[in-house]
Amino acid sequence: MTVLSLSKALNEGMRKAMEDDPKVLIMGEDVGKLGGVFRVTDGLQKDFGEDRVIDTPLAESGIIGTAIGLALRGYRPVCEIQFDGFVFPAADQIITQLAKMPMRSLGAIKLPVVVRIPCGGGIGAVEHHSESPEAYFTHTAGLRVVACSNPADAYVMIQQAIRSDDPVIFFEPKRRYWEKADIDTGSTDWWTPLDKGRVVRPGTDVTLLAYGPMVKTCLEAAKAAEDDGRSLEVIDLRSLNPLDAPLVMDSVRRTGRVVVVHEAPVNSGFGAELAARITEQCFYHLESPVLRVGGFSTPYPPSKLEEYYLPDLDRVLDAVDRAFGY
Amino acid sequence: MTVDASRGAEAPPELVQLLTPEGERVEHPDYDIDLKPEEVRSLYRDLVLVRRIDLEAVALQRQGELGIWASLLGQEAAQIGSGRALTDADMAFPTYREHGVAWCRDVDPVKLLGLFRGVNHGGWDPREHNFHLYTIVIGSQTLHAVGYAMGIQRDDASAAAIAYFGDGATSQGDVNESFIWASVFNAPIVFFCQNNQWAISEPLEKQTRIPLYRRASGFGFPGVRVDGNDVFACLAVTRQALKNAREGQGPTLIEAFTYRMGAHTTTDDPTRYRVASELEAWKLKDPIERVKSYLFKNELADQAFIESVEAEADQLGADLRRRCLAMPDPQPLDMFDHVYAEPHPLIDEERAQFAAYLEGFRD
Ligand SMILES: Cc1ncc(C[n+]2csc(CCOP(=O)(O)OP(=O)(O)O)c2C)c(N)n1
Repeated sequence: MTVLSLSKALNEGMRKAMEDDPKVLIMGEDVGKLGGVFRVTDGLQKDFGEDRVIDTPLAESGIIGTAIGLALRGYRPVCEIQFDGFVFPAADQIITQLAKMPMRSLGAIKLPVVVRIPCGGGIGAVEHHSESPEAYFTHTAGLRVVACSNPADAYVMIQQAIRSDDPVIFFEPKRRYWEKADIDTGSTDWWTPLDKGRVVRPGTDVTLLAYGPMVKTCLEAAKAAEDDGRSLEVIDLRSLNPLDAPLVMDSVRRTGRVVVVHEAPVNSGFGAELAARITEQCFYHLESPVLRVGGFSTPYPPSKLEEYYLPDLDRVLDAVDRAFGY
Repeated sequence: MTVDASRGAEAPPELVQLLTPEGERVEHPDYDIDLKPEEVRSLYRDLVLVRRIDLEAVALQRQGELGIWASLLGQEAAQIGSGRALTDADMAFPTYREHGVAWCRDVDPVKLLGLFRGVNHGGWDPREHNFHLYTIVIGSQTLHAVGYAMGIQRDDASAAAIAYFGDGATSQGDVNESFIWASVFNAPIVFFCQNNQWAISEPLEKQTRIPLYRRASGFGFPGVRVDGNDVFACLAVTRQALKNAREGQGPTLIEAFTYRMGAHTTTDDPTRYRVASELEAWKLKDPIERVKSYLFKNELADQAFIESVEAEADQLGADLRRRCLAMPDPQPLDMFDHVYAEPHPLIDEERAQFAAYLEGFRD
């Protein structure tokens, strides 16, 4: 057992992947000597050299575009996008090229490219540093989209993402980077497959669906609700595309009530997809509409306001109250 | 507004040329090429055959067999010259108009039609002939080429990548990013810009205030402008640039100064934006005619040879037509294939639902 923070767990996961497979490359802005602005790639260039941990020019389209070329040559690039709000210059390469090229080649081409994106708010940053762009990517066929929420998953999921022959958009909850956990790095027995979700707290009255940074918030809400005599089940979706729909539907059929929680704006957010699917598949099991808690339809606000924008324990519990009001 | 007919047709002084429009061999201080008679005849054959593939495809589009076609008419020398400079180990990254390069890479011409007929988005296995899929999004492939070249570097292989793009593409961020990447990583790549003077209706002046090859110097690597209608010069210059790349001397930008004789694609109407005299001026620089003159002047070929190539072209055209019409339509459920390399439950679910829905129509 080793105690690792989420960022260190990612680092160890990447290190393991690089040791296991000489074709794995790390690339991005400042990932070398600096170890990334969040130090997630700390020490990797020192140990694997500049050819495998590549400090790139400051150009996101270039990072993804050249990663595609390296993947065509048999490499497995892991790209770091420095912050969520800077993925948009690369969106063209991700959406028009990375996602579609394998299908265009009728499967002849595989693009095992991982795009790591530190996402979400809560760290008091300036604009463009606190966003949750997942829905842009879950909407794009050909990409896998996953979000880790804790150090153990971070350690496992990054290795699975690197091993996947599909392109993976990998969201890292930046405000959880410093949280620590005990991790068994010596065994893979406990690993959950990359495209499976997990019930992180069983309950009987309401299902809370969350991923990334909101999993912890939901766990806190569930704990608080216990005092009111309510039993909340918390699911960490882990994978958004594909979604572990059986896990979700099974829970909804048991509880009859659902609250979806994410940081991204509610409007056209990933919660809308969940609500629609649940309504289609579990209509007669529902005691109340699927409720969504998330950001507003505003740009991510200045940091002095982010505590109002971000879903917290009280907003989650408020939604739970509303779910019981039907 | 149309543009002055002389625009772009003047041969600028810095142009590398080894064969004049009249079919005279000329010397250049930096580039030379020593071609055996059969090599010249073979280049001539390539030029004629790809022109025929292109003409046949245009005809097929007119008859409703292709949804659209991007013609290479006028750009044969740029493509055959550069394409014949490649070795098997080199990797080419085309746009959507590189039918001549595809020919040099031994890609079956009928496979080029799939994308334009709407039966697939690609049609060939890029690894089979080291010829990547056509790329529709302007400029994207230049970055893929640089990444691939960085892979060559890491593999310590004796090979280079070549990225094809147009004059319009030079305005794209991706192309500029690819120049930066190639330069700072000293990647073994050749950027081959076919400056055909037009990006659909937009003339070169809408993309640049300086000759395109000079862009390279700002990124820190050499740029050279070659007569894009001169197959000898295109071959010589590309060969040298590829050699430099393979030998660790980094990228080169080649601007092949040429002209798009046809419409941008079969849906375009060039009479709306360019004057006929411009076309006339460029007709005098035809890439095929000048090789033919050279062959005759030097008694390297006779009329019988020319006719045998024509006959071969007729046959190729007829064969392409026959095989285009025989191309099977894809099946409805095919669209769910190859979206992911690994199993994906959502795709499986939707495929099954759609299959059940289709089944409902069967009697
Ligand atoms: C990013 C992007 N924007 C617009 C288009 C539509 N479009 C297709 S071809 C073209 C002009 C390209 O001109 P150029 O790069 O000079 O190449 P050419 O076709 O002349 O060889 C445009 C605008 C596109 N395919 N991709």
